[in-house]
Amino acid sequence: MSSIGTGYDLSVTTFSPDGRVFQIEYAAKAVDNSGTVIGIKCKDGIVMGVEKLIASKMMLSGSNRRIHSVHRHSGMAVAGLAADGRQIVARAKSEATNYQSVYGEPIPVKELAERVASYVHLCTLYWWLRPFGCGIILGGYDRDGPQLYMVEPSGISSRYFGAAIGKGKQAAKTEIEKLKLSEMTCREGVIEVAKIIYKVHDEAKDKAFELEMSWVCDESKQQHQKVPDDLLEEAKAAARTALEEMDAD
Amino acid sequence: MQFMASKQPENSLLGPESDSQRTLYPYVTGTSVVALKYKDGILMAADMGGSYGSTLRYKSVERMKPIGKHSLLGASGEISDFQEILHYLDELILYDNMWDDGNSLGPKEVHNYLTRVMYNRRNKFNPLWNSLVLGGVKNGQKYLGTVSMIGVNFEDNHVATGFGNHLARPILRQEWHENLSFEDGVRLLEKCMRVLLYRDRSAINKLQIAKITEEGSTISQPYSLKTYWEFSAFANPAQGAVGS
Repeated sequence: MSSIGTGYDLSVTTFSPDGRVFQIEYAAKAVDNSGTVIGIKCKDGIVMGVEKLIASKMMLSGSNRRIHSVHRHSGMAVAGLAADGRQIVARAKSEATNYQSVYGEPIPVKELAERVASYVHLCTLYWWLRPFGCGIILGGYDRDGPQLYMVEPSGISSRYFGAAIGKGKQAAKTEIEKLKLSEMTCREGVIEVAKIIYKVHDEAKDKAFELEMSWVCDESKQQHQKVPDDLLEEAKAAARTALEEMDAD
Repeated sequence: MQFMASKQPENSLLGPESDSQRTLYPYVTGTSVVALKYKDGILMAADMGGSYGSTLRYKSVERMKPIGKHSLLGASGEISDFQEILHYLDELILYDNMWDDGNSLGPKEVHNYLTRVMYNRRNKFNPLWNSLVLGGVKNGQKYLGTVSMIGVNFEDNHVATGFGNHLARPILRQEWHENLSFEDGVRLLEKCMRVLLYRDRSAINKLQIAKITEEGSTISQPYSLKTYWEFSAFANPAQGAVGS
C-alpha cells in the first residue's frame, strides 16, 4: 500500500485529491510498526495484553509499562511511539480526575473514550502540531458494565468486543474472532490473550519480548490492575505449551 | 443609571474585597479527637457532633475517615474544610494508586502532605480551620501525628485536639503504656471521652471508635457512653459557692 503522497503529504492540514490526509495515514504506520496490543471483553470484564519488544537485554523486566491505569476503574494500553503515548495517558488521567471532581462519580468509559479521541483529533487540525503516533486500547468497567474502546491516530474511537493493533494485528484479530467471548470469564480470557500474543509474535524478525497484561473485572473488584503474578505465570506457561504443540505438528 | 462600584471609605481597616474568599471564622465545627498507639496499631475516638456556634445542630457527622490502605484521619474544627481536605486526599491517593507498582502512601507521607497544605494555607492567611489527627500502620511501623490549622505538627504516642489536649492528654500521660491491648486501649479512650462528655459543652453522647492495624481499618458503629449524674457534688452544685 505504497501510494506516494507527492506534495499532498507535507502537512496534516492538506487533503489529497482523492480525499485522504496522508500525515494521519503515516501516523497509523508508526502504530503498525510497534508490538502487538490486544484487548478483549469477556462476560465479567476486560483483559488487555501487550507484546513488549525488548530493545536491549540490559533492560529490567517490568520496566517500561505500556498499560496505564487512568482511574480506578479503567486503563489504557498504548501502541506506537511510547513518548506520545505518555502524553495521551497524562491527558486521560487529567480528564478522569477533572470529571470526578466536577460530577462526583468516576468518569463513564464512553465519556473517557470520547475525550481521549477528541484530544487525539485535536492534533490533526493544526499545521504546527503533528498527529500522535499512537493507537490506544481503552478498557473500563462502569455502571453499564465492562466496555472496550479503541482510539486511532486519526481521532476515531469505536467500541469493540475484541481489538488488536500493532505488528500482529491481522493475525491477532483472526484469533480473537475464534474465541467465544460472551461465555468466557476474565480468568480464562487472560490465558487466551497470552496464547494469542505468543502466537502472533514473530520469532524471526523480533527476538525477545515481555508480556504485560492487565484486567478490570468482577474478580479485581472492578479496579484496573496488573494481572496478579501467579495468574500471569500460569498464562505464560499455557501459552508456551500451546506454541510447542503447534510447532510439534 | 450607571453601575456603582462598591466602595470602601479610605480609612477602612477591611482588606481588598477579594478577602471575602478567606476563611475568617468557622461555622459548623466538630470538637475533640483523641487517639493513642496500642499493640496492633492506632485507636482513635471522636464524637459525631457538628455544632453551629452554641447549637448542637448536626448529630451524625463522621469525623474520622480511612485514607488509602494505611491511614486514618480524624478532624476537629470546620466540617466543610475537613470535607475539602478529604477531597484533596482522595486525589492524592488516586494518583498513588494509578502507579500500580505495589507501593502505596503510608501514614508518615500523608501526615507530611497535610502539614504542607495546612502551613501553606496559613501563610496565605486563608487557613483550613481544622486540627487533624493522622494515624496508621505500614510495614509493622505504627505512626500517630497531628497538624493544627497553623501548621504545627508533631507525632507522639497519644494525641488529642481541642479540649482533648486539656482534659484527655493528662489522663493518657498517666495511664498510657507501650503495648496496650485492644480492650485496654478502648477502655482508656472511653475514659477520656467520658471526661470530655461531662466537661466539654460541644461534646455529644454519640461517638465512634476507629482502629487501624496492618490488616486495615474499621470504624465502629456509633454508640453512647454510660454517664452518672448522681455524684453528690452535682446534687447541690451551688452549695458553698461565692455569693449564694
